[in-house]
Amino acid sequence: MWTWFHKLGSPPHFYRISAWLTPWFAWAALVLIVIGAYGGLYIAPADYQQLDGFRIIYVHVPSASLSLFIYVNMAIAAAVGLIWRIKLAHAVAAACAPIGASFTFLALATGSIWAKPMWGTWWVWDARLTSELVLLFLYFGYMALRAAIDDDNRADRASALLAIIGVVNVPIIKYSVEWWNTLHQPATISKLGKPSMDFDMLIWLLVMLAGFMCFFAAVLLTRVRAEVLVRSRGQKWLKQALQEN
Amino acid sequence: MDVPGLGTVFWLQVKRDLQLAFRHVGQLANPLMFFIMVTTLFPLALNPMPKLLEAIAPGVVWVAALLASLLAAEGLFRQDVDDGTMEQLALSPQPLALMLLAKTTAHWLITGLPLVIMSPVVGYALFLPREAVPTTMIALALATPILNLIAGAMAALTVGLRRGGGLLSLLILPIVMPVLIFGARATDMAMSGMDPAGALYLLAALMLLALSLTPFAMAAAMRISLD
Repeated sequence: MWTWFHKLGSPPHFYRISAWLTPWFAWAALVLIVIGAYGGLYIAPADYQQLDGFRIIYVHVPSASLSLFIYVNMAIAAAVGLIWRIKLAHAVAAACAPIGASFTFLALATGSIWAKPMWGTWWVWDARLTSELVLLFLYFGYMALRAAIDDDNRADRASALLAIIGVVNVPIIKYSVEWWNTLHQPATISKLGKPSMDFDMLIWLLVMLAGFMCFFAAVLLTRVRAEVLVRSRGQKWLKQALQEN
Repeated sequence: MDVPGLGTVFWLQVKRDLQLAFRHVGQLANPLMFFIMVTTLFPLALNPMPKLLEAIAPGVVWVAALLASLLAAEGLFRQDVDDGTMEQLALSPQPLALMLLAKTTAHWLITGLPLVIMSPVVGYALFLPREAVPTTMIALALATPILNLIAGAMAALTVGLRRGGGLLSLLILPIVMPVLIFGARATDMAMSGMDPAGALYLLAALMLLALSLTPFAMAAAMRISLD
């Protein structure tokens, strides 16, 4: 197990494996998202209350769950990089941030688009919306810190520490915001908390979620490959690998 | 060789920082002045109606306190890093986490405590009801150490950077949002005659969490910034 772990941490090995893995994830993502979108938009029955308006959840919910999932992923990768001093793990964390921020933004945007006709407003200070917004700020902070430090090695470690501090805070932020909101606002808006979904609707959501996961994996691998290329520039194995192609 | 105990070292460090701070009394008062001035802005920018001011008072006091501690965070470690004192601390046999905790304690005594003491005056100017004042003071006394500790960890991360200012606020603000929520809610609850104990307990819990974890984060961050 440990040799596997160390092997994975070596850039040449990763570069080879990822070249092989990326298309698999990319094709799986494409197939799953097409199936999920078709199922969600045509096959799934319309909601009895929101009619077809609910169908945006097939994009909204996967991006919202990925936004948090990626942040935790980023913090784990950062911690691995910091503890075992694996440069590749830092590269993974660095590659996670912009993807996670994009998904967070997508979740907020699709949420607003859905909220306009349903709640009659683009934005409410609802607990979930607010914690998603704070998550976006956390991503921005991480990326800003990384961008501000010129030295690669220091940027890696400093931003890794920030990601770990952030992930400790994520649950605190989530519950504080929920508590703030329940005290502050009447329950007019949270009526749609979490509807127990019908199986016909849920199945396509799960397909979409799996598709989004594969998409994330494919994009992540591509980004990490790019990071590895930048970081290992001028190294012998890279020249060989490039010449083989 | 006679090695002084950890407690002694802690107090020596606090004493040194306080001494240094009191030699620049002008700088000392900056965060406090900022706190008072920001609260002055709100009646000017909005409407000096007592009713309106009373309604926004908890939010204004807390946001102003948050911004004031943000302003102070910038200078927390800068000077010591610039003149090499921090390297000596990092090399010393005493744990760096403890030394940085001592520095943050001194920093709180200089910048956090005055905010707590001044808050009744600011509250009075904003027509904060008298029964909410003790709660606000307790809540601020619990919250300002958290703000300083988190600001300390972030300041340690960014201390080596030339353009740290805006970045520092971007790093601190999302993390300290829960403190703002609990603090302002405690004041709010006391104003409306409810029992603010719940919010205060949560603040106290957050303070203990910050007190036990952030010194290590600070030390780790400082070691990264120093090499």
